[in-house]
Amino acid sequence: MAYTATHDDAHGHDDHGHAPQTFVQRWFFSTNHKDIGTLYLIFSLLMFFIGGAMAMIIRAELFEPGLQMVRPDFFNQMTTVHALVMIFGAVMPAFVGLANWMIPLQVGAPDMALPRMNNWSFWLLPVAFTLLLSTLFMDGGGPQGGWTLYPPLSLQGGNSVAFAIFAIHVAGISSIMGAINIIATVLNMRAPGMDLLKMPIFVWSWLITAFLLIAVMPVLAGAVTMLLTDKYFGTSFFNAAGGGDPVMYQHIFWFFGHPEVYIMILPAFGIVSEIIPTFARKPLFGYQAMVYAVASIAFLSFIVWAHHMFTVGMPLGGELFFMYATMLIAIPTGVKVFNWVSTMWEGSMTFETPMLFAIAFVILFTIGGFSGLMLAIVPADFQYHDTYFVVAHFHYVLVTGAIFAIMAATYYWIPKWTGKMYSERWGKIHFWMSVVSVNVLFFPQHFLGLAGMPRRIPDYNVAFADFNMISSIGGFWFGASQLLFLGVIIHCAFFSKDAAPARVWEGAKGLEWEVPSPAPHHTWELPPVIRPGMLAHEDVSH
Amino acid sequence: MMSAWFGRMARGSAAAVGFASVVLASAHAWATPHRWQLNMPVGVTETSREVYQLHMITLWICVIIGIMVFGAMFYAMFRFRKSKGAVAATWSHSTVMEAIWTVIPILILIACAWPATKVLVRMADTTNADMVVQITGYQWKWRYEYKSYYGKAHNVGFVSKLAESSNEVRQLRSGKDPHSLEVDGVSTYLLDVDNPLVLPAGVKVQFVITADDVIHAWWVPDLGWKQDAIPGMINSTWTKIDQPGTYRGQCAELCGKDHGFMPIVVKVVPKAEFESWLDEREAALAPPPVSAPEVPVQPTTPETAPGTAPAPATTSETPAAPVAQG
Repeated sequence: MAYTATHDDAHGHDDHGHAPQTFVQRWFFSTNHKDIGTLYLIFSLLMFFIGGAMAMIIRAELFEPGLQMVRPDFFNQMTTVHALVMIFGAVMPAFVGLANWMIPLQVGAPDMALPRMNNWSFWLLPVAFTLLLSTLFMDGGGPQGGWTLYPPLSLQGGNSVAFAIFAIHVAGISSIMGAINIIATVLNMRAPGMDLLKMPIFVWSWLITAFLLIAVMPVLAGAVTMLLTDKYFGTSFFNAAGGGDPVMYQHIFWFFGHPEVYIMILPAFGIVSEIIPTFARKPLFGYQAMVYAVASIAFLSFIVWAHHMFTVGMPLGGELFFMYATMLIAIPTGVKVFNWVSTMWEGSMTFETPMLFAIAFVILFTIGGFSGLMLAIVPADFQYHDTYFVVAHFHYVLVTGAIFAIMAATYYWIPKWTGKMYSERWGKIHFWMSVVSVNVLFFPQHFLGLAGMPRRIPDYNVAFADFNMISSIGGFWFGASQLLFLGVIIHCAFFSKDAAPARVWEGAKGLEWEVPSPAPHHTWELPPVIRPGMLAHEDVSH
Repeated sequence: MMSAWFGRMARGSAAAVGFASVVLASAHAWATPHRWQLNMPVGVTETSREVYQLHMITLWICVIIGIMVFGAMFYAMFRFRKSKGAVAATWSHSTVMEAIWTVIPILILIACAWPATKVLVRMADTTNADMVVQITGYQWKWRYEYKSYYGKAHNVGFVSKLAESSNEVRQLRSGKDPHSLEVDGVSTYLLDVDNPLVLPAGVKVQFVITADDVIHAWWVPDLGWKQDAIPGMINSTWTKIDQPGTYRGQCAELCGKDHGFMPIVVKVVPKAEFESWLDEREAALAPPPVSAPEVPVQPTTPETAPGTAPAPATTSETPAAPVAQG
């Protein structure tokens, strides 16, 4: 065993000597990557349910034509805040939480490189989302100009936009610090023998994602700061009457926004690339190609931003460039999908809950990719743009993509976190309920968009009534199914009696499976000695 | 085999498109969305038909790739299960396969991009329009101004907003049934306006689109495109609608609380009918000439309605008022 007996007394062994930590010391002042990872994951789950509750309000209002429940301005607050909460509060912190927990374990590091900054980057998040969510209880309510905050609309109304902007600033600082920490950890703290091209693919995908975050979060901060000065300090960055340009905001925003969508999917690629080989009991097909594909996608993400704004009236040459560049992304993404399928080919597969979520990810994310390819075709995008077709597209890549991958990762690693097995039976029930309901929820939205229903409307023509009702039923069903997820997690953490072994899954490889379950409070205080067969990717010729 | 299939589709053979539309939805019979509609409308312009074809080509490419990839996945899932005694192979690399599935998608993408480029270039050409209409978005209504028609300047403009019948029903907890609003069996709920945009059939119309307050987007699906209306910017686009009819759409860019309640209705009529409508409208709407304060009302026609007063210079019948085209 690389994991030596010196670690057995880890529970009494913390940064401050041997004094046991109080609850406050452990959870508020923590510098431990595992505890901070847990905090991130709990925060993310909380935000997932808050954002989900807003989605339930949206789907309830859209259940049938006519306005039954909420005023249109409140509806707009719900769509706006739902998106901000889910993107910055649920998906991104979940991936950072997974990175915190798993990257030091996977690369053989004792902790993150910058543990105190790690604490700070987590505790900024509750501040950011308190700011954002508090606006819902103020006069005039929350921001209602859409999560993209396009001016001039976002500057109309009250001061909620200032709160939203500060919330974005604070969450952005948190993301940048988290990204710096991940880069510093991966580049400096790998165990001897853990060469870059032997790293687990989850670590690779996060390393690249972290560079994306550092590159684009300041751009977002700049864009929203200019909104702030336009609103309060008389500048005219985005006001044509003062010599500014409202379209310029959209360019700056999407220069952040498109890498942002890959920030939310590249770690998911990494997770799925960990899980499929484990349950196929076969090495990941084309490891190097997978790494290069992630890097290519990351590079391309910087030169496709204007495909979000084909209808603003760009010159022909600009539209052609962004169409071609966008279509190119299909190549590395295709490589990834083909490689996942090849990994399964001639494997010896079992279908535990993490594998079920990973397979659903591959299929449903690919459907989201197909609609993405359709959206890249500029003349067709003139029809699809700002309709429910787009809503369906990005929910396929974000819900059945990013969130399914987060759920897969949770089921995959939770025995390592808690030391106990979750209920496979209830995990599978959660999976089947989720995978069926999510398609009932989002697939009909393709039809609605093609038939002409714009997004972000609280009421619609009766021609759209049938598919909206189906979609809402799927929405309530999907929402309720997530209570099962919560139940499985609580059961696993507090009630499960089924102890998990160190190597939780038969086919699992990598350093995280060399430490006991639950992972002791401190791991790899001495770097592991990596022996043949321990890593998933050893032969660099692959 | 697939490239041959693709070639047929790319040439837009009527048979292929017809087949596709039968399979997915026969949408072309409607000018408004209808219940259970699955697919994009074919529309009523050459542009909209080309866009529809691009959409179907890409869709079918995606469907075929999807069937192949998901088929392979499901085959693997049933064939290579541990419970069936499958023993895992150890290979993890194949340069040939990786080259194949990099190159083939590139070829497919080029085949997609080629027709899309052609359509886009054609759509971008706003020259040689016979008529210019300015569209201005307001929270939450549209203003249409007929600027010129066959080189002759005009001065007809009006505001178009949600019809009062829809407006009453759409109020929060109005208790009124949205299904009650129908014209010829087609629901007009939230897709009806007080003053539709009237256009002539078969005439290339250039639109100059802007907005007064926030960004809106003007979209009638049957015309095949939408275009943002941006305050302080002017976008230009065009259409040429073949057949008379009533085509409905909506604002497509979030523009505030009543974003969902600023529909667009385009009423397309034969050319002659349009011309008499325009003249009538011009006469009825013509404000007192801009110079009215200086020029007293003609004493010779005190009894006539303002509409019959001499048209202002901008609407003069003489061809001496050229309007820049395109």
